[in-house]
This record gives sequence, C-alpha cells and structure tokens, in this order.
Amino acid sequence: MSEATAVEAGGPGSWDDLVAAALLGTDRRPPPGHTADHTAGHPAGHAAGRAAARDAPTALLDAAAVATVRRRAGLAPARAADRPSPAPEDPRPPLPEAAARRLTTLLADRAGLAAGGRRGAAPDLMELLPQWLATANARGYTALSAALPALLDAARARTDLRTAVLAFAGPRALWLARWNPDWRFALRTAGGAGPALTGPSLTGPEAAARLWREGLFAERVALLGSLRAADPAAARDLLVSTWATERAEDRLMFLDSLRTGLGPADEPFLEEALSDRSRTVRATAAELLSTLPGSALAARMGRRALSCVSLDLARDPATITVEAPYACDAGMERDGVAARAPAGRGERSWWLGQVVEAAPLALWSARLGGRTPAEIVALPVTDGWRDDLHAAWCRAAIRRRDAEWAAALLGAPTAPGVGGPGGPGVVSPAERSRLLGTMGAEERAAWVAGFIAGHGLSEAFQLLVVCGVPWAPVLGRSVIDALDIARDAGSYPWSFSGVMGLAERCLDPAEAVRLDALLAPPDEREDASPGAAGYWAEAFRRLVTTLRLRAAMAAELGATTPDPPPTAA
Amino acid sequence: MWGRCEGSGSAEYRTAVEPAEADGPAYLCECPSPRVPCKHALGLLLLWAGAGGAVPRGEVPEWAARWRAARRERARGKRTGGAAGSAPRGADPAAARRRAERRAGRIDQGAAELERRLTDLLRGGLAGARRAGYGMWEETAARMVDAQAPGLAARVRELGAIPGSGPEWPGKLLEECALLHLLGRGWLGRERLPPELAAVVRTRVGLTAPPGGPPLRDRWLVLARYDTADPRLTTRRTWLYGTASHRTALLLSYGAAGRAPEPDLPVGLALDAEVSAYDGAGGQRVALGERFAPPVPDPARPPGVTVTRAAARYGEAVRADPWLESVAVTLKAVVPQPAGETWQVADAAEDTALPLTARARDRPGLWRLAAVSGGRPVRVFGECGHRGFTPLAVWPDGPGPVVPLC
Repeated sequence: MSEATAVEAGGPGSWDDLVAAALLGTDRRPPPGHTADHTAGHPAGHAAGRAAARDAPTALLDAAAVATVRRRAGLAPARAADRPSPAPEDPRPPLPEAAARRLTTLLADRAGLAAGGRRGAAPDLMELLPQWLATANARGYTALSAALPALLDAARARTDLRTAVLAFAGPRALWLARWNPDWRFALRTAGGAGPALTGPSLTGPEAAARLWREGLFAERVALLGSLRAADPAAARDLLVSTWATERAEDRLMFLDSLRTGLGPADEPFLEEALSDRSRTVRATAAELLSTLPGSALAARMGRRALSCVSLDLARDPATITVEAPYACDAGMERDGVAARAPAGRGERSWWLGQVVEAAPLALWSARLGGRTPAEIVALPVTDGWRDDLHAAWCRAAIRRRDAEWAAALLGAPTAPGVGGPGGPGVVSPAERSRLLGTMGAEERAAWVAGFIAGHGLSEAFQLLVVCGVPWAPVLGRSVIDALDIARDAGSYPWSFSGVMGLAERCLDPAEAVRLDALLAPPDEREDASPGAAGYWAEAFRRLVTTLRLRAAMAAELGATTPDPPPTAA
Repeated sequence: MWGRCEGSGSAEYRTAVEPAEADGPAYLCECPSPRVPCKHALGLLLLWAGAGGAVPRGEVPEWAARWRAARRERARGKRTGGAAGSAPRGADPAAARRRAERRAGRIDQGAAELERRLTDLLRGGLAGARRAGYGMWEETAARMVDAQAPGLAARVRELGAIPGSGPEWPGKLLEECALLHLLGRGWLGRERLPPELAAVVRTRVGLTAPPGGPPLRDRWLVLARYDTADPRLTTRRTWLYGTASHRTALLLSYGAAGRAPEPDLPVGLALDAEVSAYDGAGGQRVALGERFAPPVPDPARPPGVTVTRAAARYGEAVRADPWLESVAVTLKAVVPQPAGETWQVADAAEDTALPLTARARDRPGLWRLAAVSGGRPVRVFGECGHRGFTPLAVWPDGPGPVVPLC
C-alpha cells in the first residue's frame, strides 16, 4: 500500500527519524524538530512556546500520532500486479444442489477423522468419497469451485484419491494448484489424467513432438500413454525416434506403456529391444512379445515348452511327463529367460517355469490329446513336477488374461483343499485373486460367493477386493450369511473389520432391507465373547446406515446404482 | 417444520420445530419426554438436514401455526417486559451520575499513569522495551483494568505482541504507542473535544454507551460471521447489510471462553429485523432489536464499490475515528491474484489493488476465494484498513450463494 506522504519524504521530521529516535530513546537521540538543550536537564521548565513546554518523549509521540493518522487517512490503493490468465472454462454441468451439500459433508468429515476415536455406528464418510467421486465423474459433473481447496487437501493426504479427485476437480483445480506449494502433486499427477487436462496445446503432432523432446519425464510418460491409447503406431514412432538416447530406467517405463494397444506391428521394435543393453528392458520386451499372439518369440517359446512336456498314454490313467531343460542356452536368454535361479530354487525347474509361462496356452490342448484346460489340470504329472507346471500355467493365464484356463486352475470354489497343498489350484492367495481378475464379473462373483460359503471369511478379503461394485446379489448374500455365522460363533466383529469395511462400500444398497433382522442384539450366549452381541449390532447398524447413505448419494447424483470405484490393482 | 411421529405403542405425536428463532431453535412435541429437544424433534431435524427432499414444503397445519403464533406473542411480551424491568434500575439518576463520575475519575488516573509509562518508554527507547518482553505490557494492562478502562487495557496488551512480529516492529510499535498516547490525551482533554469525537474517545477507552440510535427496520443480509477467541472470551462479529437502507452494520457478541456466542446467524440468510446503532462507534456497530420473521435464504448481493473508493472510505472513517483499524466494504469486481510474496485483490475496472492482510493470507479462506474467482472478477465483501484487505465473503461470477471465507 503506497502510503507515501510528505512525512515520509525524508529530511528532518521524516517517519524514519521518528522511529530512530523512538528506538534509541529520546535521552540518547532527541526527536527531530526538538533541539537537544530542551531535553538536557530542563525537561519541562521553559515557558516559551508550547513546543518547548512539552518534554521530548511527548513531542515525539505527538509527531508520531499526527504522522500515523495522516498516513492512515490518506490510504491509497496499490498498483495492480500482472494479472494471471484466468482458469480455463469447465464445460461440464454443475452439481445438483443436494449433491454439492453432500460433498461438503464428506469433505468436512475428513477433518473430524483426524481427531481419532471410535466410530461406533456412524458411517465412515471419508471411505465413501472414492465412490462419490466415481459416480460424479461418471455423470460428468463439474466440481463446486468453493470445494476445490478441500478436495485438493484430501487428495494430498490420500494418494489413492488423486486420479479421481483431479478428474473431478478439472482444469480450475490445476490452475489453483499452481499457487499453493502444498498442491504441487496435482501438477505432477495431472498430465495423464485425460485430454481435458493436457489441454488444446497438445492436439498437433508438432506440439506432441516438442513435448516429447523437451518435457519432464512424467509429462513424457503421460504423453506417450495418452497418444498410445489414441494412435498406437504414432506413439511407437515417437518412442523409436529417441529410443537410442533414453536412459535405461526411462526406456523401461516407456516400454511399459506399449502394453496398451499391443499389436503385431510392434513386433519388429520389440524384437530389437530383446538385444537391449538393460536386462530389465530385455525381460519386459520378451514378456510383451510372449503375449502377442503369433509372434516369433511366442512360437520359439512354444517349441521349447513342447519339448519339455508330453503325454504318456502308456500309463493308466494318462499322465503328463516332464523333461525340464538341462541348460539355458543363449537363445533362451535372448528370449527373456533368466539363467540364474534364485537361491533355494533348482535351475531346471526355474527354467521350465519361465518357458511354460511364456509359451502360448493354446498349444496344450493339441499336445495333450485334445483335452480342455479343466481336463488337462486334472491329469496326473510324473516325478513331482505338478506344482511347477501348474504354477507356470497360472502365471501364463494371468499374463494372457485367459479366463478358461483361470477357471480350470482355480477349480471348484467349494472344493475342500482349494489353495491348500494337494488341491487342484496350487496358487497363492495373491495369484488366486489375479486369476479371478481374468474372469468375467459374473463368474468371479459366483466363484467368490462359493468360496465364502465353503471356507468362511478368513481368506476372503483379497478375493472380495477384485469383485465388481456393487456386489452381485449372490455374492452379497453369501457375505451377509457368513457375517451372520461369524456372529453366531461368538467372535468379535473387529476380527472381520476388513470385510465389514468392504461390505459398507461394496454391498448393493438394495440389500439393506435384508440386514434389518441382524440389527437387534441377539441374546448373549454363554460361550460368546463378552459384549460381542452389542458390538455386532452396532457394526450391522453402521453397515445399514452406510448402505442407505450410499443410496442417497447415488440418487442425489442422478445415478440409479453407484458406479464402481477404481479397483486397487 | 412439522411432522407426525409414530411413538412406541399406538401413540402418534405431533412434532414441530422452528429452526431459526431469535434465541435458537424452538421445539414442540406431544410426547411425554422431559428432554428438550426430544428425540422426535431431533429426528425431524435430521430428516430435514439429511436428504434433500425428505421434508417437503407445504402449508403449515393449524396446530403448528397456533403454536408459532403463541410463541411469537410470548417472545414479544418478554422483550417489552425486559425493557420495563430495566427502568427501575435507572430510577436514581443522581446515584448513577455519582457512579459515572467515580469511574471517570479512575480512568483519569489510569490515563495519566499510561502517559507517564509511555513517555518513560520513549525516553529509554523501544529497544529496551523489546528486552523487557511481555511482562511489562501485561502489568500495564492490569493497571488499566484496575482503572476500569478496558479499551486502554486491550490496546496495551496488543502492544506486547508487536516486538515479535517481524523486522518492521519498531515502526509498528511507535504507531500504536502514538495512537495510545493520542487516546489518553483525548480522554484527558475530552471536555474540549467536539461531541462526536468525545463520544468516540469514550467508546475507545471502554465506556460503552447503550445503543442510542433510532431503531432501523430492514431486510438484513448476513454477509459474514467470525469468532475470535482469547483465553477469557470468545468475540463474535456478524456483518449485516441492509438491502433497503444500504447500511453495513456490525453485531458484536461475546461468549465465555470455549462457548459459541449468540446469535447464530448463518451467512447467506436475510433477516427482517430492527437494529439500533451505538454512539461513538463510527456508526458501524449496532444492537439487534426485534426480529419480525425467521431468517430465510436470500440471493441478494450488496452492490459494491471500486478499490479506490474502498480505500477512500477508510480514510474518511479515520477522520471521524483515528483509532479505526478497518471499515467493512464490498468490492464490486476484483480479481484475487498473487503479487510477489503476497496476494492482492485487483480491481477489474482500474489499475489498482489492495494487498491482503497477513491474517487473510494465512487462512484457508484465501484458497476458497481464489478457487471461486478462477482468475475472473468476483464481488468480495471484507474489511479494508491500513494493514490491507481481509476478505470475508465472496459471490461467484454467475448465480450462486455467497461463499464464506472466514
């Protein structure tokens, strides 16, 4: 604020002189306009004129008061700084009023949660934010501009929210994030979040090429990703143009973005990348080629795999015999087979696993007597190679997203030994959910429902995470039944807090009516944990309240069913 | 708001809630529960607050209307009764005058003491005051409390924080010392001042006169509301704008530490009520008189002025009250934007700007202001003073409700 007045223009009696005198004290430094002999020993004795009659401190205070009031009364505006360009327009329609109010409540709960404490029967609003954002994004609403700071703060605290928040918050949030260092993550994350955020400047190929040459690493990854989705060949050409000069870590990341829209046209480039200087780049190129149907590498791997596995019809029943590789030759290494086995793993089984994993699954039916995958998985295997062979098929099915093989390897969900030693699927829980991920939503839900019915909830969490939201009726019912059984067994609800939390977020709100019977605390049983019944009733109340809230949220956004939140990979 | 609630058994209760009344929400329920509000009333409120259309608008049923009318009647009776009850206290004007003279005498002594301490301070230098720290100011403030001059005490206490406020503290401290000196001198020479200025001095020293202005009825928009708390007291400031009178008025209310002061007027509502101004408060501070209807949402916005005019308005107000920190103004169309290390609101029509105060820069409201503006001109209400501009509310460029910033 320019408050310049005559008082501040320097010279005797200027504001700076007054401050200097005040700082040092009038005993040491008489105020301007007040000569020293008045202060030295004769503080108030002179009768000659009013100024002389006052002592030096009073004169100083008087002068300062005049200057201060004069400056304040003469307040003048400052000059405007350079104006920033305004935020880009957001063409999306505004949120309905009720939804805008709901968003404010969800965001306000974040602050309350930080205080900690037990939730009781109150819904965890922050956990509903991802779903709310997914629904709002699916309906294409624009964010309430006054809520942008709270949204950005929420996304700063929770990285899993960032993509959805930035998509919802739109261009104005990015515009805003430039001014606040706390929100710098938004500028880093934003590049790949969609065409609305990369802006019109990237539409032309020259602009893309320039960004590719001059951009930051994150910008380049984002550019390659979005270009690959729109025009796979153009993206590959862009990558090839600078491939030789990229650093190894960058090459790996760029190569990874070719997964999107992978096609036969990529084969020559990937074949070349098999001779790359970096081992990880070679391995990734090999993996990509192995999933490319009809690629030369897949054919080579198929030949190697067939030479290892055959069907012995002489035995009864027919049995698979395995002759694992005796050496890892240069050709195998070039095709991505890692020669050195990890500690504790036999070399031959290590090589076999990699060869079978990279071979096309379609080979096996012909090789093993025209059997279906389910029949193949049921075949006995000689000399204890069964686990190695099945594990490799699991990885191959996951890599190629082959639902038929996945179903065969998972086996029947209710089979007693599923997942255990000797069962049809020798897969780990993590691999099991990845196998499920290759199946259609309906089969997946049915399989998990069957698994829960047969095995209870203790291993269900990882499987439930991969199921579509809202849960299919058959799945929802089996989860509710299993919770009911767990309650009757007398354990505490927090042993199932993970599943309970998922149920709050993923159960179809229409199921709320089925839960009413569970709300009343049942009679305490003698063998039950003390107080468990009350806690269960509370947990079920929270579940029902949350479901109702979700139904209300969806209705406010004009959606009939809540849209799925992005599933964690 | 009303509803019928099925109680346990066959009973059905009629429940009504008046959410916005002069002294908080009012509840009516036929249930036998001794609690107020009872669970039925709370349930009704939850329905209202929760889902958008759970409580539809409709005609007020006859029983609820009767209750409301009876409540209004009682409230009016209480108010007039209260006014009548206060009359006997002022019945002995001679005694009141004696009390006032005694207090003025104490303040005289306090002001003289303060003058002595200020001159001592400047004789020894402000640098020494910095070394002496808070304690010296606290002690002086306690003396002013003893002298029954709370206005002086509050100012003295604020001086204690200045030496730690940054590199420009000597200038700021000198300014505030000089204004305190001016106030003390003004009090001691109050007989020779023009009556308006004498009234200002009296208020600033801490002698609050009762609101003496004529009651002014208007539709008052609630523009902003914020609380400031110190260990003893929570102070609530509510800014109102009269849609017909075009006056901006300040309601000051106090609550014990940790408790929210009344009244609880939400920003964005308009209230049909009477206010009357306090003397010697620059015409800004008012007391809330009778309310004629509960507050309702109102999309009206104050018209607003340019940045140049806002600065001039502060200057004019300082002429009447040299101790004034800021005046409340609405800026018609400004763009909040960064300017070097700080932020400013730049006028859309002129090449002028007001810097934001340090207080405004540290608050999350700054980001809401910037978000609502998006780099385009918006209408902003706030306090404009010598330290800069403190935004308190913003209206979006298009239609939409006011967004509070404090």
